[in-house]
Amino acid sequence: MSDHDKNDHSGQDRRGFLKCMAWAGTGAVFTVSGGIASSVSLGQAMAAPAKAGSFTFMQVSDSHVGFNKPANPDAAATYREAVGKILALPQKPDFIIHTGDITQLSKDQEFDDADQIIKAAGLQVFHVPGEHDMLDEGQGKAYLDRFGQGTKGAGWYSFDHKGVHFIALINVANLKPGGMGSLGADQIEWLEKDLAGRPSSQPIVVFAHIPLWTVYADWGWGTDDAAQALGYLKRFGSVTVLNGHIHQLTQKVEGNIVFHTARSTAFPQPVGGQGPSPGPLKVPTEQLHSMLGITTATFVRGSQPIALIDSTLAA
Amino acid sequence: MFKTLKAGALALALLPGCALALEWSSAAVAQAAAPAGPTVKIDNFVFGPQAITVSVGTTVTWINQDDIPHTVVANDKSFKSKVLDTDEHFSFTFTKPGEYGYFCSLHPHMTGKVIVKAG
Repeated sequence: MSDHDKNDHSGQDRRGFLKCMAWAGTGAVFTVSGGIASSVSLGQAMAAPAKAGSFTFMQVSDSHVGFNKPANPDAAATYREAVGKILALPQKPDFIIHTGDITQLSKDQEFDDADQIIKAAGLQVFHVPGEHDMLDEGQGKAYLDRFGQGTKGAGWYSFDHKGVHFIALINVANLKPGGMGSLGADQIEWLEKDLAGRPSSQPIVVFAHIPLWTVYADWGWGTDDAAQALGYLKRFGSVTVLNGHIHQLTQKVEGNIVFHTARSTAFPQPVGGQGPSPGPLKVPTEQLHSMLGITTATFVRGSQPIALIDSTLAA
Repeated sequence: MFKTLKAGALALALLPGCALALEWSSAAVAQAAAPAGPTVKIDNFVFGPQAITVSVGTTVTWINQDDIPHTVVANDKSFKSKVLDTDEHFSFTFTKPGEYGYFCSLHPHMTGKVIVKAG
């Protein structure tokens, strides 16, 4: 969190800087603004899309449909609750991004169940796979058969929405012994071409399952070759990187790049290194919902930041 | 305040004098479903023992005792398990001497080694 404060009071800094906002109730609100630190309340952020060209989208992550162990005996039920939260939002989001680990074991039934649950939101869903979605015999074929249309390689793609460029990266394929997440040379080359010629003023959102910065190397919470990919993103004025995998909130700001990991809708995991392993964190039943959640991302035209609001399933 | 699953199991495995005993007791438990022979336990995202030495012809069995699925994949792809959910096991018989590094293809920071001696 200390990163969030280091540019406070530096009014000359032309780069966008991030200010941690109040943690009010279960909704954490923070925003990056181009040169001016601004307070954004949860109410303001939710009202923002009313402005022309502005919009919200959702991030859900790590639904692990099929997981039924003591940490959460019914991951499908909590995923359903997360979709219920989306349906209850005052502003209808434009779409949903799912940052992977849709299923627990890549079984057809799990993919089917997950589809049925998210369909209830009535919104387009953009996926990337997590390592749990690569466990079929074809090592990701089941995922690609469902979600791979129009994608390249292991499933990477990009699209534009209302002036914002969205890039879906895959860092759970062909992992190397002793390593962490991996993008691979082919994907990085594709990324370079995908970004070439785009104006640096275009806001960019990158999403991938495993964090694209090293959160905790001993547990593999990072992506070995992320630095090269991020190098191509540095010239852009507003880059938002959305990840999952670690089932907890983390945030970091590096130059104009804001990194954020979302909560899981299935079960929490310990803070890196605070526990014997990154396995499911077993919490008392009454606490579980306060450790699961979704993220609302709000883009407001004319102010660089994409505001991210994390809310739990308990609220 | 929070209790991570398997915390107790790890504490036991970390006791130096107990490690070997645990290995062999788990092999005995596995005999009902898995071939007899040395066993590597997957517990708390760790292969234990991390390195194991066997003679040619030995069948090694891996058992996943985590609440999270894992795989056992040779670095040179000479053997590869399907995904192992909780309590599932995988066995492989080593017919040639050598050192076989392996890892979990889901969590590649998890690595282990089987050293196969001739005769």
